[in-house]
Amino acid sequence: MRETTIAVELQGVTKRFGDVVAVDDIDLTVADGEFFSLLGPSGCGKTTTLRMIAGLELPSQGSLSIHGEEMGLRPPNKRPVNTVFQSYALFPHMDVRTNIGFGLEMRKVDKDERSDLIDWAVSLVEMDGMEQRKPNQLSGGQQQRVALARALVNRPEVLLLDEPLGALDLKLRQQMQTELKNLQREVGITFIYVTHDQEEAVTMSDRIGVMHEGRLLQIDTPEAIYERPITRFVADFIGRTNFLEATVASGDEVVLTNGDRLRVPTSHPEGTAIAVTVRPERLTVHGRGQAPEGSHRLDGVVDSAVYLGNAVTYSVSVDWMHLEIRCPASLAGDRRSPGDDVTLSFDPDHTSVVIG
Amino acid sequence: MGKGAARSTAEPMGASRWLLRTHSLVVYLFFYAPIVVLAAYSFNKSPIVGKWTGLTLSWYGDFLDHDNIQESIWISVKVCIASTLISVVLGTLAALSIERFRWWGQKTFDAVLYLPIIIPDVTMAVMLLVFFGETAQWFNVIPGVNLTDGLEKLVLSHVAFNISFVSVVVRARLANLDSSMEEAAADLYASRWGAFRRVTLPQIMPGVLGGALLAITLSLDDVVVSSFVSGVGATPVSVYVFGMLRKGVSPLVNAVSVVILAASMALVVASLVLERATSSQKGK
Amino acid sequence: MAAVTTPDLERQAERAESRRGFLLGLPSIIYLLVFFVIPLGVVIAYSFATRTRTGRTELNNWNLEAYRRLSEEVVRAVAFRSLWFAILTTVICLALAYPLAYFISTRRPTTRNLMLVGIMIPFWSNFLIRTYAWRLLLDSDGLFTQMASGMGLGDGRILFTSKAVILGLVYGYLPFMVLPLYASIERIDWSLVEGARDLYASGWESFRRVVWPLSRPGVIAGSILVFVPSFGAFVTPAILGGNKKGLMGSYIVDQFMDARNGPLGASLSVVVLAVMLIGTLVYFRQGGRNL
Repeated sequence: MRETTIAVELQGVTKRFGDVVAVDDIDLTVADGEFFSLLGPSGCGKTTTLRMIAGLELPSQGSLSIHGEEMGLRPPNKRPVNTVFQSYALFPHMDVRTNIGFGLEMRKVDKDERSDLIDWAVSLVEMDGMEQRKPNQLSGGQQQRVALARALVNRPEVLLLDEPLGALDLKLRQQMQTELKNLQREVGITFIYVTHDQEEAVTMSDRIGVMHEGRLLQIDTPEAIYERPITRFVADFIGRTNFLEATVASGDEVVLTNGDRLRVPTSHPEGTAIAVTVRPERLTVHGRGQAPEGSHRLDGVVDSAVYLGNAVTYSVSVDWMHLEIRCPASLAGDRRSPGDDVTLSFDPDHTSVVIG
Repeated sequence: MGKGAARSTAEPMGASRWLLRTHSLVVYLFFYAPIVVLAAYSFNKSPIVGKWTGLTLSWYGDFLDHDNIQESIWISVKVCIASTLISVVLGTLAALSIERFRWWGQKTFDAVLYLPIIIPDVTMAVMLLVFFGETAQWFNVIPGVNLTDGLEKLVLSHVAFNISFVSVVVRARLANLDSSMEEAAADLYASRWGAFRRVTLPQIMPGVLGGALLAITLSLDDVVVSSFVSGVGATPVSVYVFGMLRKGVSPLVNAVSVVILAASMALVVASLVLERATSSQKGK
Repeated sequence: MAAVTTPDLERQAERAESRRGFLLGLPSIIYLLVFFVIPLGVVIAYSFATRTRTGRTELNNWNLEAYRRLSEEVVRAVAFRSLWFAILTTVICLALAYPLAYFISTRRPTTRNLMLVGIMIPFWSNFLIRTYAWRLLLDSDGLFTQMASGMGLGDGRILFTSKAVILGLVYGYLPFMVLPLYASIERIDWSLVEGARDLYASGWESFRRVVWPLSRPGVIAGSILVFVPSFGAFVTPAILGGNKKGLMGSYIVDQFMDARNGPLGASLSVVVLAVMLIGTLVYFRQGGRNL
């Protein structure tokens, strides 16, 4: 097994602002060279966590170490990390070159070496030729690159990014996502990325930490988070999900609200109220009674059908709830209309049990 | 004005439209007419106000020859420079202390800082008069300090009100600064002082300079406080001219007035130009 | 080696930061304490002091004599006259400034800035000289006097009368009214007026029911900024009103120069200060700070 070093470790870190608990007792490990994302809605504490790693906030409690070294009360200018701010925070009175070289200047790097490093950073982010410009002469995307270069030129042990793509339009954002991912692989530095955009996190990250109301709910690879969410919030936040309310019957069986029994493994004790999550694309629509044996079947009536170009979304009334199904449009032959009687099927292996 | 398209509803129609325009024109005439007349009369050959007998620069010549006026101008300049330097430093420090930090008693300090701005100058003058009256002897104990001839008292008094004005201007500038810039500087290994010197200061510099210009203007223009506080040996030009004005109208007074007015207008224009030049430099 | 942060360490760091802020402000705090707060205290002390036969002020035998004298005929006349002048000045300024501020806010941005600069220049120019310019105009052979009598407006010789003083006060403080008014009017969301028009309001009605109430913060701010200095005005009455001592400013100055009654001058100053403080409270209560 390949040994990986730990880049950043948080143990029991809590941050309180007066009465408000912004970050609630989180434990987190980020491996060297990893692209790690903190994902969650506004106010969940992800930015505060990032700022604590940067040293811009100090934890109220807990231990925070970078490459094994406890940071404690160390101010940001004494930490081996650099940040790309949401607003870029470029210095308006300095040109691109001076901006990028600022950190090197502060560390009293010798002039020639500094110049070489700046050259490297400038071509890394493809800003050659724009070095004499001032920030207000650059577009949003260009400013973002300069912010990136300014951080990377210092070869930090960890790079922290606070929703850096938020201000860009969709197309540019998607382009930058790919570029950032490639950049990270090229440079090999650990990236810790904060975002509220789950698509962004899933696209770029090696692992994701989902946060909500100050707590870290689940840390896993994007696939695991998508296919096997642990809590209701995580299941709901990433992509779209159906929830089948149920109760735990035993270690490998749960009982749905309509009485159906489902064989899914779970470690929750008997009697716990849980929900079984089924992704819309894991449900298949068949004519009534035509679903194959071996899968779990639910009978229902089609409520609505929305054609999306590359797919069709159905809303189907089943007993006690509405389920959402997503079918690739290639199965056009089986198009259903509202009012049709249908049977839905899914494979219990492609579900997850969540609480909360 | 909010919501561009709706702005058209703001423009009044019909009769009120022309009423508004005429009114505004009249007000501007009201503002500038006395100044224009004053300037015109300073070139009037005749010493009698009513009669216009021709153009002359002789009154300006008299002004340049007038020793007392020249001396008081010199005193004003000295007081102005000294008090501006001190109040800019203290005012900027105060602004930073309030905008960038939180400490106990800050709100009270903030309130006290606003008082010299709104206080009527008569009250300020009275306060400083009685204060110096009671305490001058103690100040004079400090070696090198001699408050009796008035120059120091003037400087001290001007600083007392100028700190507040400078801090208001600098604070406005500081408040508009993205504070994440100072965080970025720290993130990029700058010390507190380094971050201030390389990032904060260059950006608040227009505010600091604006505050300085304001302090210069207020110091040169001050009449009431200065007349209460100045001693015999140190009469600033504003007090001297005030004395002349009280005695009555005279062509010499006109010439002096125009010079002073021109100087203060030049300062105002300079500060507006500075404001314009630096606001275009500010990036995102 | 500080391994784990606890709330105590966090508080320690916060306290160090607070201390830094306090130290930065300390020079100005001390300065204002010595040269503003203490002088204020001395004035208040003076108002309770005794006036000796020779006109000196003695800081013992504390009494309320100076405050008792405030109720005298003469003093009350001065106070009320000053109050009246200040109110009159404020109202006239409002009447003159409001249409102007409104007009400026309807202009295009370039014209608007030009017009504002046009007000700023005389505003910041020497107050003394601008007031003197009126002295020139109002002189017995002055342009204004000639024009006024020429136009049949009666005797144009208003110099040294109340009219001249009010004129001077309005001239001096008008910009203080225009600028806050403009700032307030400029902020109004004009789609509200559109909405009013859509609901059948006439031009006048939409002004009275929508624009005027929304511009109130500016009206209040401007009024305070004109009222307070007018109440304690000294220079304008001195130049345009002659050597009379009929207003607060001149009356107070007189106490310290000629009449040599420190305590009375101090108690009068306290009155002016009280007016100023009330004005400031009203100003801040209206959120005037944002202007």
